[in-house]
Amino acid sequence: MASLITCPHCGVRPKEEFTIRGDASVTRPSPEADGEVWHAYVHLRDNPRGLHKEYWHHTSGCRRWLVVTRDTVSHDVIDVSDAGALA
Amino acid sequence: MSAYRLSNGGLIDRSKPIDFKFDGKPLQGFAGDTLASALLANDKLLVGRSFKYHRPRGLLTAGAAEPNALVTLGQDGRTETNTRATMVELHHGLEARSQNRWPSLDHDIGAINGMLSPFLGAGFYYKTFMWPAAFWEKLYEPIIRKAAGLGRASYVPDPDTYEKSWAHCDLLIIGAGPTGLAAALTAARSKARVILVDEGSMLGGSLLCETTEINDQPAAEFAAQAIVELSAAENVQILKRTTVVGAYDDNVFGALERVQKHVSVIDDNKPVERFWRISAKQAILATGAEERPLVFGGNDRPGMMMAGAMRTYLNRFAVAPGKQVAIFSNGPSGWQTARDLEANGVDVVAIVTPETASNKSYQGKARIIANAVIAGTSGEKRLKGLTIRHIGSGSEETLACDALGMSGGWSPIVHLACHRGDKPKWSDAHAAFLPPAPRDGLIAAGGAAGTYSLAACLQDGGTLAAEALDNLGHSVSRAEFSTQQDEKAEMPAPFWYVKAPKGKAFVDFQNDVHLKDLGLAVREGYDHVELAKRYTTNGMATDQGKLSNVNAIGILAEATGTSPDVVGTTTFRPFYTPVSFGALTGSHIGAHFHPTRVSPLFKWAEKHGARFVETGLWHRSSWFPKEGESDWRESVDREAKTVRSHAGICDVSTLGKIEIFGSDAAEFINRVYCNGFLKLPVGKARYGLMLREDGFIYDDGTTSRLGENHFFMTTTTAFAAGVLTHLECCSQVLWPDLDVRLVSVSDQWAQMAIAGPNARKILAEIVDEDISDAAFPFLAAREVGLSGGQIKGRLFRISFSGELAFELAVPAGYGEAVADAILSLGEDHGITPYGTEALNVLRIEKGHVTHAEINGTVTPGDLGFGRMVSAKKPDFIGRVMLQREGLQATDRLRLVGIRPLDPAESFVSGSHILDVDAAPTGANDLGHVTSSCFSPHLGHTIGLAMVKHGPELIGEEIVIWNGLKQQSIRGVLCEPVFVDPKGEKLHA
Ligand SMILES: [Zn+2]
Repeated sequence: MASLITCPHCGVRPKEEFTIRGDASVTRPSPEADGEVWHAYVHLRDNPRGLHKEYWHHTSGCRRWLVVTRDTVSHDVIDVSDAGALA
Repeated sequence: MSAYRLSNGGLIDRSKPIDFKFDGKPLQGFAGDTLASALLANDKLLVGRSFKYHRPRGLLTAGAAEPNALVTLGQDGRTETNTRATMVELHHGLEARSQNRWPSLDHDIGAINGMLSPFLGAGFYYKTFMWPAAFWEKLYEPIIRKAAGLGRASYVPDPDTYEKSWAHCDLLIIGAGPTGLAAALTAARSKARVILVDEGSMLGGSLLCETTEINDQPAAEFAAQAIVELSAAENVQILKRTTVVGAYDDNVFGALERVQKHVSVIDDNKPVERFWRISAKQAILATGAEERPLVFGGNDRPGMMMAGAMRTYLNRFAVAPGKQVAIFSNGPSGWQTARDLEANGVDVVAIVTPETASNKSYQGKARIIANAVIAGTSGEKRLKGLTIRHIGSGSEETLACDALGMSGGWSPIVHLACHRGDKPKWSDAHAAFLPPAPRDGLIAAGGAAGTYSLAACLQDGGTLAAEALDNLGHSVSRAEFSTQQDEKAEMPAPFWYVKAPKGKAFVDFQNDVHLKDLGLAVREGYDHVELAKRYTTNGMATDQGKLSNVNAIGILAEATGTSPDVVGTTTFRPFYTPVSFGALTGSHIGAHFHPTRVSPLFKWAEKHGARFVETGLWHRSSWFPKEGESDWRESVDREAKTVRSHAGICDVSTLGKIEIFGSDAAEFINRVYCNGFLKLPVGKARYGLMLREDGFIYDDGTTSRLGENHFFMTTTTAFAAGVLTHLECCSQVLWPDLDVRLVSVSDQWAQMAIAGPNARKILAEIVDEDISDAAFPFLAAREVGLSGGQIKGRLFRISFSGELAFELAVPAGYGEAVADAILSLGEDHGITPYGTEALNVLRIEKGHVTHAEINGTVTPGDLGFGRMVSAKKPDFIGRVMLQREGLQATDRLRLVGIRPLDPAESFVSGSHILDVDAAPTGANDLGHVTSSCFSPHLGHTIGLAMVKHGPELIGEEIVIWNGLKQQSIRGVLCEPVFVDPKGEKLHA
């Protein structure tokens, strides 16, 4: 886990200002999608070793939702982007 | 007498005597002493009792790794246990107490544990769990808990303050010994921001006990001058008495500064400790090396210590450790100590070494016994003599002495380089574990990297500082120092332990782990280093094996026929040395940990005599007793009845409030609630049910459309923050294409409910607009003027009580004035202030749910809201998953009302529902009561319950079972609306 996160809006901030929601690689299915697809979206998550994308909320800062790409082994943070800008 | 103060020399101030007490006995030391050096100067060799066997123990070190000299300082709330005497600066009035002894350090009954030692070996805890449980609980555990242990904490609150702080720098230098000072002196020449941290009160590290010269000055004087120079440098911040205790990702370091642990009178305006988080671009680990003890029989008697510690006491504190000192050394350290002892007129009786040859440069008088070991020792509370065994012949001889300096070589202090998970590497050449490769600009230098000569350390520190600064774009030349080249320090092969020791040969002094324990662990299959640690407890406790771990690894390697390289180390974790809970907590105590939130109407409620209840952080007005009312129920009953007969005013400001703007605001709200909002007209409010994506209800509230593209949402008090975060996620992550903006305004508005048949009459007197039923019907929501346009507020015709009711929101600062005005205007109409208790009664009577029912496992259908869920909307959060079979099943727990069969009986929330005659078992459980109260209108207890098939069972008689009180009464399931089921009052 990183100690510092560089928010694209606020700059370098301590990780305690953020709230982690989890896997950002999942995409909300279409309302017509099969129940199994929805089940996977709501309940199933990978626990990857290596690169991982997560939603982080800058709760005590700009209150933007960010996508943090980090390495779960080395703890390196590869990228921090605004979730809205990525969509 | 054996240990004594030298008449001159050292870095103590003999003109400043300091009085202190140890176990109540008055003693004297000097300014510049530590508690340890002062005790030693007073010949107090016995300073503690060991953890398990209660063996007499003395000082083993002069620094942070001290395992034995743990004392308790201070009184009451300032009680500080397990404090290392070696790290305590002597100050006036200091009172230290020894630990783990009874009745006294000298006469300790617990020493009998030593006789039980065959039963207290490795794996002891695990094996005793296999004894009969009753024996364990009643016999062994209480005895062990009393007998084994360290200091005892106080139950009195700590009166002192602590704080946390951030610091930022280009270069962090950890340790101000020769390497760190050289690095700092080099870095000071640059413009880079430098922080130099050292745990000592006096900076200089090993220079403070060196006898050599640097730049033609005695080492300690050189250090003092370096500090003067660094203090004057604007770009250097010095943190002394500060221990870097953890290294974290992104080069953030945790450091504990002891601000007022060395003062007699604590200044209340300053913290006693400060916990730093230091963010550094580059860092140099100049933490030096730790000397390893030797493992031989009876190696724990008071009077024995590390050879390097002996030099420190001698050269820095001017204390001779004894009158007849022996040395047992593998490598050069002991020889150096012998020279320094003799230079101070202390008799060195022998130098014992397992090496085959003598140290050529030693010219002293001591008898040199090479190719020999110490097999055993004698003496109880102080060392009296040694049994020396010649390795070749196996013959033994005894030798009298009163102190022993030992050295098994040096281990670089690599902890901080390993906190992020990197492992140190064994080096045969260094006979030590060396730090892992540099990472992210953290690099070990000097002793911490296995460099032991003073000249090399000075050079290493300067070189690495220059390189680190170069990485940051600061060009600087290395500071150079002249010092005599010390002899090439060849490290002999490590000597892990003396075979066939006479008596216990301790490996871990603090945890009383001895050689045989490790042997037993290997024989019983716990030879992996992590298992051996847990099985024997080697390396646990407050010192975390600073002295013992490497020896234990060496012993395990020999026992398993491998090398330390193969055995490897246990995991290094923060903290390097213990950190007080106070420092970690900082200022977050009491109300700063659990802040009090009060509504804008708090003062108003207080003024009218409210009693308050804590719900989360909030202090909410719960009832307003009138004179003569002695029981809370009396007040609540009156308030509830008055609301239904006349009118009442209640503070509802704690509800979460969110403003929602944007051209897609209606679409957005339509997607986050399960019921429709797209066609909500401007000027109208609607109840909304918010689901989670898994189909369960998350929260509920009302949302009003104040303009075409402007909505005002309320949430429950508890979920105010959560709902905002959820909505932000929906808008930013799921649907960033929607034009919508959100802002929390929970604290901006004071909101009050005015409920009861007279509510309109009262409000009409203060609201400028027409609020007749025709002009302002049920669910109307509009901005209104108050008192002739003096204030603008928002009026909502919504009702939680089931009465004709309004909620009025006004800017927070006007809350008290408006509530007062309504109360006085309502006086003739019989208005009463009411609190959350009466509010709860009123809502249960109407069957309105709260989070008592919406507990994260209920669906809209469970609450009878099934038909509210939009079948037309193409999408909303939770739509698909709500359709799952299990969420639509009819045998789910569903909402019903419940009342006692005999109105004289009552029940409480949490009680379970059973079929009549069914045994109270999990299988027979039909559900439970979620909310209950006494209904003043019905004159008996009523409740809401979640019951399997609930609505289908209305009218059935059941049993209400309270397992906590072993009570069961008969009850009847009923419609959840107890008052005005047709809603006539609501629409009046
Ligand atoms: Zn931000």
